[in-house]
Amino acid sequence: MSFPQPKPEIPQVPQHLLRTIDCQQGAVRAVRFNADGNYLLSCGSDKSLKLWSVSRGTLLKTYSGHGYEVLDADGSYDNSQLCSCSSDKTVILWDVATGQVTRKLRGHAGKVNCVQFNEEATVILSGSIDGTVRCWDTRSRKFDPIQILDEARDGISSLKVSEHELLTGSVDGRVRRYDLRMGQLHVDFINSPVTCVCFSADAQCTLTSSLDSTVRLLDKSTGEMLGEYTGHTMKGYKLDCCLSSKDTHILSCSEDGHVYCWDLVEGSLTLKLPVGKAVVQSLSFHPSETFLLTSMEGRVQVWGVEPEETEEDGDVVVVKKEKV
Amino acid sequence: NMASDNDSDEDFVSFGTPLEPLEEGNPLRKPVPVYEQTVKDEKGRYQRFHGAFTGGFSAGYFNTVGTKEGWTPSTFVSSRQQKAERQNARPEDFMDEEDLGEHGIAPREITTTAEFGPGRKDLIRDKARAISSLSAPIPGDTLLEDLVAPARTSIGVELLTKMGWKDGQGVGPRVKRRPGKLKADPSTRPLGPVLPPHGSEESQDEEEDEFVPENVTFAPKDVTPIDFTPKVDLHGLGYRGLNPLAALRGAPAAGHINLFTMDSDRSTSLFGEDKKGHKRRGGVSGQAFGVGAMEDDDDDIYHRDTMSNYDAVLGGEEPGDGLYGWTAPQQYSRKKKDHSKDAAYLGKIIEGFTLASEKTETKTVGIFPPPNLPRDFRPVHYFRPVVDMSNASSMVVQALQTSRGHMVQEGPSQGGRHQLDSAQRRELLGEATLQGRHASLWAACLLLTRFPLAEQQQMEALSVWSSPTAQAQTGQTFKPFEKTPHKQARYDHYIEKLKQGDRDALEASLDPCMTEWERGRERDEFVRAALLYKPSSSSLSGRFTRGKHDDSVDQDTVEVKRDQENDVDDKQAAVKMKMFGKLTRDTFEWHPDKLLCKRFNVPDPYPGSGFVGMPTVKRDKFSVFNFLTLDSTASTTASPAPQGNRQDRMYSTEGPVNSFDSQNMV
Repeated sequence: MSFPQPKPEIPQVPQHLLRTIDCQQGAVRAVRFNADGNYLLSCGSDKSLKLWSVSRGTLLKTYSGHGYEVLDADGSYDNSQLCSCSSDKTVILWDVATGQVTRKLRGHAGKVNCVQFNEEATVILSGSIDGTVRCWDTRSRKFDPIQILDEARDGISSLKVSEHELLTGSVDGRVRRYDLRMGQLHVDFINSPVTCVCFSADAQCTLTSSLDSTVRLLDKSTGEMLGEYTGHTMKGYKLDCCLSSKDTHILSCSEDGHVYCWDLVEGSLTLKLPVGKAVVQSLSFHPSETFLLTSMEGRVQVWGVEPEETEEDGDVVVVKKEKV
Repeated sequence: NMASDNDSDEDFVSFGTPLEPLEEGNPLRKPVPVYEQTVKDEKGRYQRFHGAFTGGFSAGYFNTVGTKEGWTPSTFVSSRQQKAERQNARPEDFMDEEDLGEHGIAPREITTTAEFGPGRKDLIRDKARAISSLSAPIPGDTLLEDLVAPARTSIGVELLTKMGWKDGQGVGPRVKRRPGKLKADPSTRPLGPVLPPHGSEESQDEEEDEFVPENVTFAPKDVTPIDFTPKVDLHGLGYRGLNPLAALRGAPAAGHINLFTMDSDRSTSLFGEDKKGHKRRGGVSGQAFGVGAMEDDDDDIYHRDTMSNYDAVLGGEEPGDGLYGWTAPQQYSRKKKDHSKDAAYLGKIIEGFTLASEKTETKTVGIFPPPNLPRDFRPVHYFRPVVDMSNASSMVVQALQTSRGHMVQEGPSQGGRHQLDSAQRRELLGEATLQGRHASLWAACLLLTRFPLAEQQQMEALSVWSSPTAQAQTGQTFKPFEKTPHKQARYDHYIEKLKQGDRDALEASLDPCMTEWERGRERDEFVRAALLYKPSSSSLSGRFTRGKHDDSVDQDTVEVKRDQENDVDDKQAAVKMKMFGKLTRDTFEWHPDKLLCKRFNVPDPYPGSGFVGMPTVKRDKFSVFNFLTLDSTASTTASPAPQGNRQDRMYSTEGPVNSFDSQNMV
């Protein structure tokens, strides 16, 4: 006697606005989940970096030290350190608990657009408008980067790090993937300035959004395009895109105030979240659950699958997907 | 001229200026007032004293004292506060340009100062002095030399004397024949403009012994010094030209016209005219000669009239063109020429000029084309570095530097032809060596200054290079013999040995294949180079570091990434067609940093690689101009070669790059 196969889970999309947090930071340039998804980081144009609790929406700590707008941030895997980058050309390594600046890394020639820790938080990688990616060592006391990657011919808009790979997207229309294990550099030509790059969860694909209002899913090993997602507007601003935690959907910000959500396989538009009237600048997906953070102007929105009241109940409720 | 006026018809000689013939019936001339009875020179000064003597000069102000107002003592102030200082007046204060001129009483002339006198010889003297000052009982003091000061003769005489010349001899190669009559004591003769000797002062001993031994050479005959008045005109040598006034008076009136006059007479022709432009007549003209005192119209009084003013032959045309060799502008000529040609040039003729009588053929000076440049000619001059070598130890080096401002380097090849001494020059010219005593003594003096210090130099070089600071210096910063790799290699070997403290460094690093002389030279050169370019002391060298980029080497190449992307156009087309994959992807070799691999916990894919990032190669520098051809069929839009600059690629085919700005958000 065999048990019936469990019903395949209907992929869920974060369609409900759970809460809105008014960050009081000027414009929120980036919003990020931390490693476990319990906290969020908001990077403000008022040079501050704030740590919030996602579930309660409360401000936990403010980190000041940058000289100009904070453009991106990332938390280490153990939540002990934060790194942030700013228009003041520096990358700062913070101690979470005390809020002190552990290290201020100078070297970039222009504003630093993106920053991320590696898996073990031993290296901070930052990409700047000066076209270089710098790898900073968090363990040593040296202020020089371990390596500078200057193959790009225009600014670096986005970067992501995986176990042994570094993915960068540049305004010169190319996505570069540095494979440390193989010692290779793969360059994918997109023909349009790249605004955001992502790894897929299974590390087989890369997601690229570019200024031709197109999000493309490329195969990592061959470079072939697996999916193309359009409908949103991305013509002038650096906006984020991401994959859902289970690689079911592709999500992207848009300049028309919505967040677009496509089905990865079919490529059809599943969801169009009405965030607001202004440009949705940043978004971040929960590492494991189906939660989404978006930022627009000075506020951060938390989206979930179901409204909060229903979640607290703990019952499983089938939620009807709203088709747009 | 007047003095030697020989009238062939008469047998008397006339001197002086004859009186104007008294002509009755002429209207009486207004008497010249006394105050106008003066003679002025070209500057309006009064020319002569009245009567008292016929030579000399005018003094003061119009033969009076001081100024128009009378004698005014200059700058004499004495008051209770300011006592007058002693006014020491020199005679020169009272002289004017006339006095200080050539014919005045205090002529000035240009002479060579001591500085520029025998200067050439100071090189050797300074060296000898510096060296002897070290070994003297009192180092640095030149008492002995100052006691005995050499007689200062001019440099030319000194050089000649060294080469074996004696006073009274001529200069040049010795001759075999009987010597000419030597001039008397040329050393006392001033080497400047002098009057030519009147006649030739031949020595009286014509009756010399005929016995002349064979193989005896004599010095050549000395030459007559030449008048060094600069010649500023285009006439022949010695040509004086005609005094226009004398010519205008009529050739016969002037009598014998002497075209080649003496020096003193040259200036007199100017004084023919006084301020009012009156023509001075009379043959003898000069400062003191002419009309009487206070006469303006000299010519009226002393008009000379000779029979040559009048034609003796009827109807005879003047021979030639009547100019008698006169070549001055025609407007002075009596003869009226055809002036029809002038009509076209009326108003355009410069004052003082007139149309030429003959059309002179304009010499067709050949137009020389520019030289043909060789194919590989580059208009760049590479200055060969002059390697300054010192002749002695460092102390003397200092002394020499302060004394002359630079160190003289020996060896004709490095200093150029002006740095040769006579011995080197002689061997270059291929002349026979002198037999005189002077030559060898002089060369011996030179040699003496060099040799005693060789040992000292070597020890010094050794001590300098084996010191710790020298050891620290890893790279050889100065390569004196860069052009000669073999020599440079031997030099490097020598320096290495010096660093190790090897005493025989010098001998060991010479090339045994060379001749003894060559080795000797190289030995000296190495020691000097080692001394000269010793490694800098640590305090100073700590402030400097070697440049990262060796700019002197390899200007023609540039480092570019070895692997280049494929053509962008293809990629763009592929993207448009949505054919991602092979067409849009490029894969390159990339070397991560060792530490980065360690941090990422991955093994280093290239353990032995010495570089980081993408491999680069050196390629020749290209620019757009390498690919432009004059051929119109060549495609100008052709993409440059793959090893072209990255710059080209960036601008050539990329579309407009949108740079976004997140700050535009709010």
